Amino acid sequence: MSEFALPEEAAALPEILPPAVRRGRVAGFVLQHPGIAIGGGLIAVMTVLALAAPWLGTVDPQSLDPANMLIVPSAGHWFGTDMLGRDIYSRVIYGTRVSLVVGFVVALLASVIGMAIGLVSGFFRALDPVLMRVMDGILAIPSILLAIALMALTQGSVGNVIVAITISQVPQVARLVRGMVLGLREQPFVEAAIAAGTRTPRLIWRHIVPNTLAPVIVQATYICAVAMIIEAILDFIGAGVPPIVPSWGNIMAEGRALWQVKPFIVFFPAFFLSVTVLAVNLLGDGLRDMLDPRLGSRK
Amino acid sequence: MMNEMPAVIEVIGLKKYFPLPRRHPGQARSQVHAVDGVSFTIGRGETLSLVGESGCGKSTVGRTILGLAKPTAGEVRLDGIRIDNLPRRKLRPLRRRMQVVFQDPYSSLNPRLRVREILAEPIANFSLAHSRAEFSARIAGLLQKVRLPADAAARFPHEFSGGQRQRIGIARALATEPEVIICDEAVSALDVSVKAQVVNLLADLQDELGLSLLFITHDLAIVEHLTHRVAVMYLGRIVEAADRDSLFTRPWHPYTQALLSAVPVPDPAASRQRMILKGDVPSPVDLPRGCRFQSRCPHVFARCRTEEPELRAVGEAQWVACHLDRRPGG
Repeated sequence: MSEFALPEEAAALPEILPPAVRRGRVAGFVLQHPGIAIGGGLIAVMTVLALAAPWLGTVDPQSLDPANMLIVPSAGHWFGTDMLGRDIYSRVIYGTRVSLVVGFVVALLASVIGMAIGLVSGFFRALDPVLMRVMDGILAIPSILLAIALMALTQGSVGNVIVAITISQVPQVARLVRGMVLGLREQPFVEAAIAAGTRTPRLIWRHIVPNTLAPVIVQATYICAVAMIIEAILDFIGAGVPPIVPSWGNIMAEGRALWQVKPFIVFFPAFFLSVTVLAVNLLGDGLRDMLDPRLGSRK
Repeated sequence: MMNEMPAVIEVIGLKKYFPLPRRHPGQARSQVHAVDGVSFTIGRGETLSLVGESGCGKSTVGRTILGLAKPTAGEVRLDGIRIDNLPRRKLRPLRRRMQVVFQDPYSSLNPRLRVREILAEPIANFSLAHSRAEFSARIAGLLQKVRLPADAAARFPHEFSGGQRQRIGIARALATEPEVIICDEAVSALDVSVKAQVVNLLADLQDELGLSLLFITHDLAIVEHLTHRVAVMYLGRIVEAADRDSLFTRPWHPYTQALLSAVPVPDPAASRQRMILKGDVPSPVDLPRGCRFQSRCPHVFARCRTEEPELRAVGEAQWVACHLDRRPGG
């Protein structure tokens, strides 16, 4: 049975396994993934600013000082003061907290909820039409309009802003995950696992979820960036967090009327917002290049 | 069909149709007749090869046996127990007894799991080991069976070559201690020399463990040295079934003859007649009346266009679905 007409040496090929992959050093990593290094570094700086705000030479961002209104940037007030005499530097630094919290929490919530919906939709086909039509319905409304409409139903607070933006971003993740699940279900390793008696919960947890994670992480960074922009827009038009809260959008809204004479009021929060969003997008692009199996991991 | 050995797998009148979406409302629902009445048995310790060109339904037969697809009609029996209509919960304990090795050595292993985890999963699913030491011992045993070094356990699939990955796939199939392994084009994606290694490994494992093999392939050459019996499929039906010697020395059906004439002969001096089939394979959606092979058969005559031939015995261990009275060319 087993004799196969074959030259002897073919059967006796030595088993050569490649050497174990060695972990690259920090410098190598930075050179290979500049986007992750720069974006991640900037986000780390912003996070430190947000956490250490009280110890960075700031004063109470809400304390009024009518004697010192509209001072231009100077040694006493690095970013100047606004029309109520509040220190813009302090307000911008404290505003970092609002933007980062909204960005990070929305990215996390939208990913988790979207992933759950995508997994259910891809795996339990009876629920798929219903869930996906709901997702399509949400996607049909521009996310900024949807967030404004949802905020109109409630009162302004950071929590409500997070909920409103999350609802508008969930369908992105749900559709992405559902598509991947449909593809993964057909993969031979999934069928082999079913044939080997793996039950559905373990199948999803071990074989489906880990293989959807990389694109979801990339998507989450983009959602984080979009959430920060939408949050600033909501504040700017007065539909976001209450006006007394120092947030970048609020500061810009307050400075808008004086834009032509005192541009620094708008400039500093706008600069911080731009840099943060750029950093998050750089990180997202870097992660995509690193995690996408078609571009990176096979080399 | 032949029952010298007690059958482990019996497939009776298996049909699998895939409905096509309607193009406009009110249109009659058409279907792809992927498998259209296939019956065979696999004896204990026996190798049956299911041979045919791509799209003939041979892989669908394998998936249906494994319970990965529900048949439209017909029965699948494992050791006399009907399994095609069992609910998932009742089928699960029986899955242990039949395993699968797929064609693509890349997509058949989860890229995020180490070899140890890949092999531990079936062992855990059926509680075949209870302590860390038992797991390690079983995994080491499996790697040894497929002739991979023990340190392979700690590695990821992408660190292996195609042939090595295929042996990991075989080790996973062996992990549940199955009686039947369905090899779905298991060596088709491999280089010739590696192919031979894997085929020899499967044959050795069969001798060692008494496995029954269903070898699904389009490559008659690879089957010749491994198989006991061969069933040739064309467009969802078996057109010829025979033991190895009969099929390779006296192929009866014109399609089998054409397949065999396409097998390369490793002798440059050998003169051989290539039988080149002309014409297209009919669509499995709109099957022709009569014989499925009529559009490409060199011996076609009037009866073939009206009446579909059934399998009939033409020798001691040879069955053929053809209207011709005598073996063409014989």
